[in-house]
Amino acid sequence: MSNTRRRAANIMHTKIIWPLTALAAILLFNLFFVPGFFHMEIKDGHLFGSLIDILNRAAPIMVIAIGMTLVIAKEGIDISVGSVLAIAGAVAISLIGVVPLWMAIGAALIVGALCGLWNGVLIAYLGIQPMVGTLILMTVGRGIAQLITEGKVLTTDSKSYGFIGKGFFLGLPFSIFIAAFVFLLVLYLKKRTALGLFLEATGTNKVSSEYAGVEPRKIYLFVYIVCGLCAAIAGLLVSSNISSADANNAGLWIELDAILAVVIGGTSMRGGRFFLAGTVIGALFIQSLTTTIYSMGVPPERIMVVKAIVVIIVSLMQSDRFRQMFQQKSKKAVIG
Amino acid sequence: MRSGDVLLKMEEVSKTFPGVKALSDVNFTLRQGEVHALMGENGAGKSTLIKVLTGVHPMDQGKVYLNGRPIVARSPLEAQHLGISTVYQEINLCTNLSVAENLYIGRLPRRRGAIDWKKMHADSEQLLRRLNLNLDVKKSLSDYSVAIQQMVAIARAVDMSSGVLILDEPTSSLDAQEVQQLFAVMRKLRDEGMGIVFVTHFLDQVYEITDRITILRNGSLVGEYETSKLSKSSLVTHMIGREWKEEDEHRKTESSYTPEVVMAAKSLTRAGSIKPVSLSVRKGEVVGLAGLLGSGRSEFANLIFGIDQADSGVMTLGAEQFQSMNPKKAIRQGIGFCPEDRKIAGIVGELTIRENIVLALQAKKGIFNYIPLKKQQEIAQRFIDLLRIKTPSMEQRIDNLSGGNQQKVILARWLATEPKLLILDEPTRGIDVGSKGEIRRLILDLAKSGLSILIISSELQEMIECADRIVVLRDRMQVGEISGGDMNEASIMKMIAEGGGTSEQYPQTGS
Repeated sequence: MSNTRRRAANIMHTKIIWPLTALAAILLFNLFFVPGFFHMEIKDGHLFGSLIDILNRAAPIMVIAIGMTLVIAKEGIDISVGSVLAIAGAVAISLIGVVPLWMAIGAALIVGALCGLWNGVLIAYLGIQPMVGTLILMTVGRGIAQLITEGKVLTTDSKSYGFIGKGFFLGLPFSIFIAAFVFLLVLYLKKRTALGLFLEATGTNKVSSEYAGVEPRKIYLFVYIVCGLCAAIAGLLVSSNISSADANNAGLWIELDAILAVVIGGTSMRGGRFFLAGTVIGALFIQSLTTTIYSMGVPPERIMVVKAIVVIIVSLMQSDRFRQMFQQKSKKAVIG
Repeated sequence: MRSGDVLLKMEEVSKTFPGVKALSDVNFTLRQGEVHALMGENGAGKSTLIKVLTGVHPMDQGKVYLNGRPIVARSPLEAQHLGISTVYQEINLCTNLSVAENLYIGRLPRRRGAIDWKKMHADSEQLLRRLNLNLDVKKSLSDYSVAIQQMVAIARAVDMSSGVLILDEPTSSLDAQEVQQLFAVMRKLRDEGMGIVFVTHFLDQVYEITDRITILRNGSLVGEYETSKLSKSSLVTHMIGREWKEEDEHRKTESSYTPEVVMAAKSLTRAGSIKPVSLSVRKGEVVGLAGLLGSGRSEFANLIFGIDQADSGVMTLGAEQFQSMNPKKAIRQGIGFCPEDRKIAGIVGELTIRENIVLALQAKKGIFNYIPLKKQQEIAQRFIDLLRIKTPSMEQRIDNLSGGNQQKVILARWLATEPKLLILDEPTRGIDVGSKGEIRRLILDLAKSGLSILIISSELQEMIECADRIVVLRDRMQVGEISGGDMNEASIMKMIAEGGGTSEQYPQTGS
């Protein structure tokens, strides 16, 4: 390992330590307060247990959050991912039985990419602010999904389609492999092509990057397409898991969990440096938190409040300024 | 009325940044009714000293006394409340607000809970009149030139200060007349008993306005001197730590260009920006573009590199002709461009030195033709050595470097693309004397090795030293050309001034 790589690993280490700590803390909490949380058993050659459940449920958030990481790295945001998820699920399920399965899946992915293209054109080429630009699809998207499902909750009994979201492979949920594949693919793009460099450069200083020959608009378009594609993959996972497409509720508010995962993972909303592994840990943390709150038996009406409190604590722990304040206070206390 | 009482005293101030000792045991004393220059090369610790004083950075060690009482400014706001006002090199105002709002932001006058606009506008006008400025204070700040914006920032600082005023390179964007206007204000404030810390790179200005000079080098104090008793050459010697003679600065003597034309622009025009300019650069030739601020010199560079699109005209590069250009295309054609504003259009602050160096090369190669990390490190190391970029590691963020070193990184970025033509817009602005010399020498070496260079600089002397030929622009028009032995400041100024029609004066020639 060369010096620089080790140093790069160190930087990564310091950035990723906070989401990891948060994740460890929540797992530790479960160890003491939620009996049977770490219990795992093998049924029909598959692993079962809360941990596996968390992995399975975290997969859609993870996939969407990975796409979101790229968008946030360029100082943007995509709040339409929940709607795109619903559209993709509706497309896939409505086409199953009509066309071969692979075509249905392919169509859903293409529709996701087109949604991303739409966002990208609005933002990169027409200069609309990312929040406003993606708000359009967020609002309209659920309507489009309803048009596709004709206002009903579509269901499917395709076993092969169901495998995507609830099947098992090598004893683990298949969705995990999909999430891992997306992660590795994007990681490859970051580390083995110049995408990482160009994205971090344009996210930090668009003008300088442009003067250096990078074409920010093409980069923006690309990341929005990837984000749309990720949302479509999540749409497949979600609709396959429940074997149905619900235009109104599929992936509702998932954009918020995804954005949170990115931020907890150490990527700044101001763009620039981005951390894919941090995002994955962030997504795992959020799902662990949700599952924990449910298994604690917190009344549903209080769940959001508890979640909010934990998220505030994690965000504060991540803030350098807060940590400094805290350290100064404790130093003073020692002196006093 | 010069009491000469000590107003501000900093004792044995030390500050360490990761990997760099920025200040070690520095003493600084400011007396009432003086203008005190803080001098040093880039990276000498001037900015750090000021940032420590104004609470931007906490200091590791040392004491600060204001009027004999120990003070600790933990934030710029606290420093302001203590009466220490600062005007930074970059203007820290909101250009979308009105002049008056900018003057009173954070302390808007109120009447019964509501903002008292009438009073604010009246006060603003009065305040600006003190600086001999006559502006429409209701207009948005962006309607005024950078120079005026700078003066507004100073007016605000003067109004809030109760004794100490710090001016961090306030003159770098002002022309000669505006500099005189600023100096008049500074003299007035000095006579009122204010202590003014003045940071600048322009030696002439130091001798014109200051009473004392404190010199820093490599984070340590060299000494405090009375301006009248310190010669220019010993000042420079103290700053760079080696002998410097005025005679070191001279005209370029040997030219090494060949007849082969690398770039020829024919009647390049852009409405509202520049009238037709025709200009060709030969292989190994250094061509200077002279003119006032706003004469079209930067605008022309932007056309060649494709930042802006030409309305008409043709550009020939090698054997190919182009009517439209964009940066990526320009880079592929072998053009490199160091823009005027290093911070906004040059560096990518959050990225490392290595990443900043390979950025343009990578853009030239395309996104999928990734340069392996090892190769990147080789390239970065080669240029760090070649241009003597001072840094503990190539993995440092570029914004941790001093201005001169940042500029070298940007130069490295372009040299890495192996260009045929390099456009340098103000390559030495805001850079210390030592680095300036190094960059000028580099320009000459590069030309000798066959690189063609188009240089734009406010410092005429710099262009005379580097260029084989100088093209003069005035009022967005090409007005003439001077070459060889005819190149001197007087002849260029004459050509710029000929025919009149411009009220602006030429910016300080500096160094």
